[in-house]
Amino acid sequence: MRLSELPQNVAATVAAVEDAGPADPIARRLRDLGFVDGEPVRIVAHGPVQHDPLLVQIGYTRFALRRAEAARIRVVREAA
Amino acid sequence: MSATAMLRVALVGNPNCGKTALFNQLTGSRQKVANYAGATVERKEGRVLAPSGRVLQLLDLPGAYSFDATSPDEAITRDVCYGRYPGEAAPDLIVCVADATNLRLHLRFVLEVQRLGRPMVLALNMMDAAARRGIRIDIGELERRLGVPVIETVAVHRGGTARLVEALDRQALPAPPAALPQGADLHAAVRTLLAATVTMPTRTGRIDDALDRVALHPVWGLTILAVMMFMIFQAVFSWAAPLQDGIELGVATLGEWSTTQLPDGVLKSLLVDGVFAGVGSVLVFLPQILFLFLFILILEESGYLPRAAFLLDRMMFKAGLTGRAFIPLLSSFACAIPGIMATRSIQDPRDRLTTILVAPLMTCSARLPVYTLLIAAFIPERSVAGVFNLQGIVLFTLYFAGVASALIVATVIKRFRGDKSEHALLMELPSYRLPHVRDIAIGLKERAVIFLKRVGGIILTLVVLLWVLASFPAPPPDATLPAIDYSLAGKIGHFMQPLFAPIGFNWQICIALIPGLAAREVAVSALGTVYAMSGSDDTVATQLGPLIAQQWPLATALSLLAWYVFAPQCLSTLAVIRRETNSWKMVAIATGYLFALAYAASFVTFQIASALS
Repeated sequence: MRLSELPQNVAATVAAVEDAGPADPIARRLRDLGFVDGEPVRIVAHGPVQHDPLLVQIGYTRFALRRAEAARIRVVREAA
Repeated sequence: MSATAMLRVALVGNPNCGKTALFNQLTGSRQKVANYAGATVERKEGRVLAPSGRVLQLLDLPGAYSFDATSPDEAITRDVCYGRYPGEAAPDLIVCVADATNLRLHLRFVLEVQRLGRPMVLALNMMDAAARRGIRIDIGELERRLGVPVIETVAVHRGGTARLVEALDRQALPAPPAALPQGADLHAAVRTLLAATVTMPTRTGRIDDALDRVALHPVWGLTILAVMMFMIFQAVFSWAAPLQDGIELGVATLGEWSTTQLPDGVLKSLLVDGVFAGVGSVLVFLPQILFLFLFILILEESGYLPRAAFLLDRMMFKAGLTGRAFIPLLSSFACAIPGIMATRSIQDPRDRLTTILVAPLMTCSARLPVYTLLIAAFIPERSVAGVFNLQGIVLFTLYFAGVASALIVATVIKRFRGDKSEHALLMELPSYRLPHVRDIAIGLKERAVIFLKRVGGIILTLVVLLWVLASFPAPPPDATLPAIDYSLAGKIGHFMQPLFAPIGFNWQICIALIPGLAAREVAVSALGTVYAMSGSDDTVATQLGPLIAQQWPLATALSLLAWYVFAPQCLSTLAVIRRETNSWKMVAIATGYLFALAYAASFVTFQIASALS
């Protein structure tokens, strides 16, 4: 599933970041920031309007990502 | 020791690693702020006095997540580190700063810096916060694996940087580290390093979790944000008042005292009505600027500003902006010039351009003199609903009109621009931190110096120039009208007046608008000069309010307020737009649309207010 579809406070693991187009700079930056295979990830909060942006916990860091950015990240939901 | 022989040390690190606090602790007040040659990015340099008596030159490079730069700031950091920035010598030693509580992110950049193969030191900052969270780091093992000296620092404590200074003071530079091969997986390397050297009980600070649950809550978060903004403006308006009264009195007294020996005449008039009146009516607004920046700096240092950007992003994104634009736009409330300069932190050129174009609509502090004068003179001081001050409400409305029009203009720009591709938010929300007094004080001093430099230069020159315009040519001996009617200023004012008659401006206002182009606050001292010289010969500041309250209809005052919400009465702003966009076309677009909006708003305001009264 995609990170943008992950429910709040559900543990998941990053599988990959997919380029939305050729040489996608947003995907490259996401990888630099630590969205790489095997990293645990979690949605911590939503923005007040239309649940956008998402507050994503990765490692010890929190990033605000818009839904379109989070949709580039494929995640695997952890078994409860 | 000559400057060329000084050891050049560069501070690099991720955003939010506490690099600037470290820089402040190391250099104290020995700082110099300028721009990188040929660029619009701020360059901060300072001197470190080592115990041995050696002086080090310390450069605070912009924060960067990666050398794969996505913003002009990151590109400069990369180019200076690689030693290929024109006009900047490569650093002799790089101090890479990493937040000890956020090593998984920060170590990756450390490995990128290590790849440079230059002498480097790793400063593990915020070791106190790491200790509080039970994070344990095996420094010796980290040093061995990285091949660079690792030094613990606590930037916010005196003495927290002593060991770093000691390390910098050593005569021999550390040997350049052996870097990982190109193409190596840095994330995998970071994981191995972390597993071998760091134990971390929890992934996040408990305080951050608790605070964010409230601060980012859809209802409570927005409520807190709105209340905070409203309180800031009420406070700025009322707290600054006693200080302003003091400055007004002080400058007026000084002006009279220092000219008692002079005979009445041109020189005395120049000093009292030109120089002292000009300095006084500008200095008087320093308290408001400092209060406003005090709040902005506290919000920034505490980590709240990115939270506010998070809450507002969706709304701003709809209008074609970004949550990141919140910080530059908020700064524009103090002054559009640092605000427009702060748009450098918006990595995206398109988002940045839109922000620059709407930044002048944010109510800058230079409008406050005009607003304050008109509100005090025309809006009765009474309370509404028992709590709020009517004058405060009018002021809030003027601020709100600026914000609302900025959102509308940004939406229009979004609708009509060619490039409709996607642009990222990707913003880190750092840990909450207690703002540190020294960092706030240094920040405030920087702003005050920037403001006063503008005052000392442009504004004072223009007030004196206006005095010349208003004094020459002198009236004929058989003059029956006030002296100003015969001067150049009077002629220009009368000439402009028909154009501004439909929006209710008299010729005195028309004159004040001309020097007011240099900076908005000049209009107040200009009005003062115009009225002081055509009426009483007393100094102006305190008397101007009651005077215009008698002479102007309410509709004119309201129309002038509306004019100042929009009009680009500030050549410095236009100059900074030119510099930041490198395009005269953008300057023309900004000037044109802002004057058009101003004239339309004033026309509507004046016609409605005249019809109602």
